Amino acid sequence: MSSGAPEDGVPAPRPTGLAWVRDRLGWDGLAHLIAKKEVPIHRYTVYYYLGGMALFLFLVQVATGILLLLYYRPSAAEAFESVQYVMAEVPFGWLIRSIHSWGANLFVGAVVLHLISVYFLKAYRAPREMTWISGAILLFLTLGFGFSGYLLPWNTLSYFATKVGTDVPAQIPGIGPLLSQILRGGSDVTGATLSRFYGIHVAILPAITTLVLGIHLVLVQQKGMSVPPSIERERRPRTMRFVPDFLLRDMVGWLTAVALLAALAAFFPWELGHKADPFAPAPAGIRPEWYFLSMFQALKYLPAEIAGVPGEMLGIFFFGALAAVLVAVPLLDRGASAGRSSPWWNRLAGVAILGAIVLTILALLPPGKTSP
Amino acid sequence: MSHAGVEPSAEPGDSSRRRWLTALLSTSLGATLVSFLYPVLRYLVPPLASEPSLSELELDVKASDIPPNSGRIVPFAGKAVLIFRTAAGELKALTATCTHLACTVQYRAERSDIWCACHNGVYDANGTNTSGPPPRPLTKLDVNVRGEKIVLRRS
Repeated sequence: MSSGAPEDGVPAPRPTGLAWVRDRLGWDGLAHLIAKKEVPIHRYTVYYYLGGMALFLFLVQVATGILLLLYYRPSAAEAFESVQYVMAEVPFGWLIRSIHSWGANLFVGAVVLHLISVYFLKAYRAPREMTWISGAILLFLTLGFGFSGYLLPWNTLSYFATKVGTDVPAQIPGIGPLLSQILRGGSDVTGATLSRFYGIHVAILPAITTLVLGIHLVLVQQKGMSVPPSIERERRPRTMRFVPDFLLRDMVGWLTAVALLAALAAFFPWELGHKADPFAPAPAGIRPEWYFLSMFQALKYLPAEIAGVPGEMLGIFFFGALAAVLVAVPLLDRGASAGRSSPWWNRLAGVAILGAIVLTILALLPPGKTSP
Repeated sequence: MSHAGVEPSAEPGDSSRRRWLTALLSTSLGATLVSFLYPVLRYLVPPLASEPSLSELELDVKASDIPPNSGRIVPFAGKAVLIFRTAAGELKALTATCTHLACTVQYRAERSDIWCACHNGVYDANGTNTSGPPPRPLTKLDVNVRGEKIVLRRS
């Protein structure tokens, strides 16, 4: 049989080995795309590394989280003991668990810094609105990961943090109590809540995050890197290739992050605390993770009632409105998309960031200084 | 209609038939989707544990175990209850769930009041919210001493 021979009689060589794999993968097209990706060079280029850093720390969480799954037991009777076992008995268990806990904090930090820099560099301008919106959703998913993962060791701190955190949505009029009941898997925080949070932390949130993160990354590739307006006005900046020039610099940052995580895990292993006891009072000095401190402190200051409306309800509406504005920034800040400067949006963000920092510091002060 | 030449079956009434079929199809697809979603949504809402009918409980705690100006938390029908003795020696019981955001309160001996550590809510010995964010008082329970043991009863 002379199949495959073209008209001119010269048979095309059939690719073999690695060439065959590359051909079937469509590697050349992909390589062409990668070679085309460029990063602008200007005085704000350093902020381009934050997104890659957040992505890297997320992957660290995925890897260490999968490892923790092999020993963790999601029940009120065994959760605390299984984490204790990981910390004390499993070889390098202390390392994996401490990296997961420290990594979570660095991850939230990287996401927040990425968001702040993208905000002030106005990277949300047209045509990148959906990139920003998907990023804002990723921030909420990140906080969801933090909140749901915090309960899993089933210690006193996490028990009360979850009691408060799941009682907050109960204040929403109408659907609030049902929402709280769905979150808790009952009317109170119990082993049922632990099962639910476990499912949310290791299955529901990862599935949603994979989808949204995929969209976010595809959009970043599609639209290319945003150049801040002030740079755009000056000149068209030079660029460097993403592979290998920018990627190698990225990797320096990632290696540094791994070294930092290992050092934190070794010198400051994450504490486990005491096993949760539903019939013990909330201990003095109780407070949530740092990224929830500003909201926690605001809840402390709100009086029981403001003009006949329950204080917590106002607080929830305030933070809800803030979150809605955050998502909708690219649609609200029309000036930036039209190429004009939008100083009011900068001031608004400045006030919000300052407010969050002040509330966080107040929450960190020893309790004696804040109690009446 | 610009494709009329391509589609040989362009008869009058065809487009309204097309619309009708599309409506039928999307309605049945929508109904199918709802029939999938409804059980999932119902599944997400946990069945409420039937309220324990317990109205009275003899505790494994002796009245003498609680000295004046001190308190302790005990379970009562699945909920935390704070039993405390005032400095004057009176034995009292209140629900221990803070009315603000559901943390568990404690008796604070230094100030002879009831305090929630989560958001700094304070109640007096009658359970009345006196400072901080709590919007409502704590609920009172009846305490009796039968023999040596403490007996709790819903008021």
